[in-house]
Amino acid sequence: MAEVGMRPPASPLRRRALRALRWLFTPLRPDDYLELINPLWSTRELRGRVERVEPERGGAATVLIRPGFDWVGHRPGQYVRLGVVIDGVHHWRAYSLTSSPDRADGLISVTPKRVDGGVVSPFLVDRVHPGEVVRLGEVEGSFTLPDRLDRGLLFVTAGSGITPVMSMLRHLAPGPGLRDVVHVHSAREADGVTFGDELAALDEQHQGFRLELRITGEDGRFTPADLDTLCPDWRERETYACGPGELLDALQSHWKRHGDAGRLHHERFQPIVGGEDAEGSGGTVRFAHRNLDADCPPGTPILVAGENAGVDMPFGCRVGVCHTCVLPIREGRIRDLRTNAVSEKHNEIVRTCVHGAEGRVTVEL
Amino acid sequence: MTATEHPFAHLSENQLAELAREFDAIHDQVRADLGERDRRYIKGVIRLHRQIAVAGRALLLGSRSKVAWTAGTGCLAIAKILENMEIGHNVLHGQWDWMNDPCIHSSTWDWDTASTAAAWKHSHNYIHHTYTNIRGKDKDLGYEIMRIDPHQKWHPAYLAQPLYNLLLMAFFEWGVAVHDMDVEAIRAGEKPMKDVWHDIKGISGKARDQILKDYVGWPLVSALAATAVGRLVHREPRSRARVLADRARGRRRKGAVRARLAAARAEGAGTFAATFWADFTANIIRNLWAHSIIFCGHFPDQTYTFSQDEVRDETRGGWYVRQLVGAANITGSPLFHLLSGNLGYQVEHHLFPDMPSSRYAEIASQVREICRRYGLPYNTGPLSKQLGTVHRTILRLAFPGGKVRPKPGPYRGDELERAA
Ligand code: FES
Repeated sequence: MAEVGMRPPASPLRRRALRALRWLFTPLRPDDYLELINPLWSTRELRGRVERVEPERGGAATVLIRPGFDWVGHRPGQYVRLGVVIDGVHHWRAYSLTSSPDRADGLISVTPKRVDGGVVSPFLVDRVHPGEVVRLGEVEGSFTLPDRLDRGLLFVTAGSGITPVMSMLRHLAPGPGLRDVVHVHSAREADGVTFGDELAALDEQHQGFRLELRITGEDGRFTPADLDTLCPDWRERETYACGPGELLDALQSHWKRHGDAGRLHHERFQPIVGGEDAEGSGGTVRFAHRNLDADCPPGTPILVAGENAGVDMPFGCRVGVCHTCVLPIREGRIRDLRTNAVSEKHNEIVRTCVHGAEGRVTVEL
Repeated sequence: MTATEHPFAHLSENQLAELAREFDAIHDQVRADLGERDRRYIKGVIRLHRQIAVAGRALLLGSRSKVAWTAGTGCLAIAKILENMEIGHNVLHGQWDWMNDPCIHSSTWDWDTASTAAAWKHSHNYIHHTYTNIRGKDKDLGYEIMRIDPHQKWHPAYLAQPLYNLLLMAFFEWGVAVHDMDVEAIRAGEKPMKDVWHDIKGISGKARDQILKDYVGWPLVSALAATAVGRLVHREPRSRARVLADRARGRRRKGAVRARLAAARAEGAGTFAATFWADFTANIIRNLWAHSIIFCGHFPDQTYTFSQDEVRDETRGGWYVRQLVGAANITGSPLFHLLSGNLGYQVEHHLFPDMPSSRYAEIASQVREICRRYGLPYNTGPLSKQLGTVHRTILRLAFPGGKVRPKPGPYRGDELERAA
């Protein structure tokens, strides 16, 4: 089945009213008719309308979207699945939200950078028009600021890794949040720094905010060891890093060896699922309708466990973005292989590509 | 009974392979070209259906008026026809799956008819479209209750088939729903009871929803609306203040109130019945139309049927040709093709069941060109002619015997241009 947007958290009253009327419209739903008036009124999937598109430096553009009124908001640093129709076909991608959740006009924004040969980013940067209806998926991500800011902050970003951090900076700037913040950002060329002007302005306006811009074409590549000069007290700070995989790997091992790995938070756009040092005990997955048990060792997604046992599993991106792989879990404990959080499920729908079994899990398939 | 000359006996293995390549190329070329224009088309048809449906239901709120009744019934019938034919049938074929739109997708779609989407996809998309016109395998040949091909053995029960046919015309959606269950397999004990039960549950669920909506829900809404309007319009000639004063003194003119209530009830009941019959009529019109279009797809005189021996070891080219000669088109205007779900292009539909229906008209000339070059028939004709031969066959074959009707022979190009 094709990917769907998030089911809007419509009020129970509204839902009940729609359900009560549904039998008059079967096999369609009242929503299908309300949509004729305004596609944003759907309670099937959350939608938004493109309000304007602002070109940014470095081949990027900020797409400002007015979400349907069921939008739940986001925490700075989180990302959203965005569905757009290009040449008649629905495409889905996940983008970090670059807007501050406190925007007075209620708009949200994403800032994709044009990837040559790509499908969605060139469309969003060059072709999308105001008025276009887009689909919005769940807001996700645990790359978020701590509840209390009692420590200094260090941001380490590179290229389009700036996007989730931009939302954080925009959220922090109006209050006392930028009291003690160092931001090390690397970009390839000086005049291609996305949000370059806004970052420079923050640097100027806020005593407590220091921007260290590295232009890799001139200054060479940034390595974690450079921090000793750029930000000598890096060990004391809560650090938020986002950028290419190699940078994050390097930072991670640097923090492990010389600092406190618990203070390094990072965002990968391609989560590593499982791997060698997987936690947990694993378990078995029971496919209820096939009458089949599959072994699910620690760190193995339910998707892979099923495939190994010969079950024809639905899947798409395999990294937790597209929701093609969702299946209802009848019961059992599962582990989120990205965050290692374990939770108990009862008739809940989960993405099998990023969740492993923790003990015995029964799946409706 | 003489065996009919195989219409493509003159084609060699190589020619059939070449023909398959040509048909594949048409398919691929259209597939690669699908885009915004096509999406706009199907979204437009879906929007049109919903608007007409709303208009129909709204008109029927005043279904006591003859004009509103007629216009409302007409709108509803057209909406149901559009929904079943150009939208439902084609979406369930997966013709629009390429859009990756979860709301217009064969895996999520349900339609306003008694068959469940799942049962239909099995009996129609799989059984009928794979074994098209193979006697004993294609259950759509006569729908298991009629003798539609002289090769079928006669049985006295067929004497009544003109009658079944009439009933089927009127209640086609229910016939199709029961047909989807594969009654023959149930009778032969080949279908597990569990599956039969599952089908029955599916159909009765849909039947309940349909009946509730058309024969209880909307008549009730109309009745309520009519009573409410009646109360507003036929206000008593008393001022608001007077009414309040009277009420405060407990002086209610009981007789008048009772009379008004009775009138309102009569108004409501009348409207309920009017809307009920409007919905019933719309469903019958839709059934008649669907039956006519669908029976013209494979049962006009021009089409060929096949024995199971003839299709053993069939190649892809053979499959294409069987689809080509087993189906028949109906000529007509663009509006006719829209209302028939583009099944006037039954030939093209059978060659490419998953191609968006709006493209059939565009590729028809390429298909005819292939027919001309390979010396193959291209079955088509106006609705009156096609329908006439279908009903003649149903009447004739109710009785024993009957011969395979003469076939038009290879397509020669100009004939059709002249006919069109
Ligand atoms: S979310 Fe894409 S496959 Fe699991």
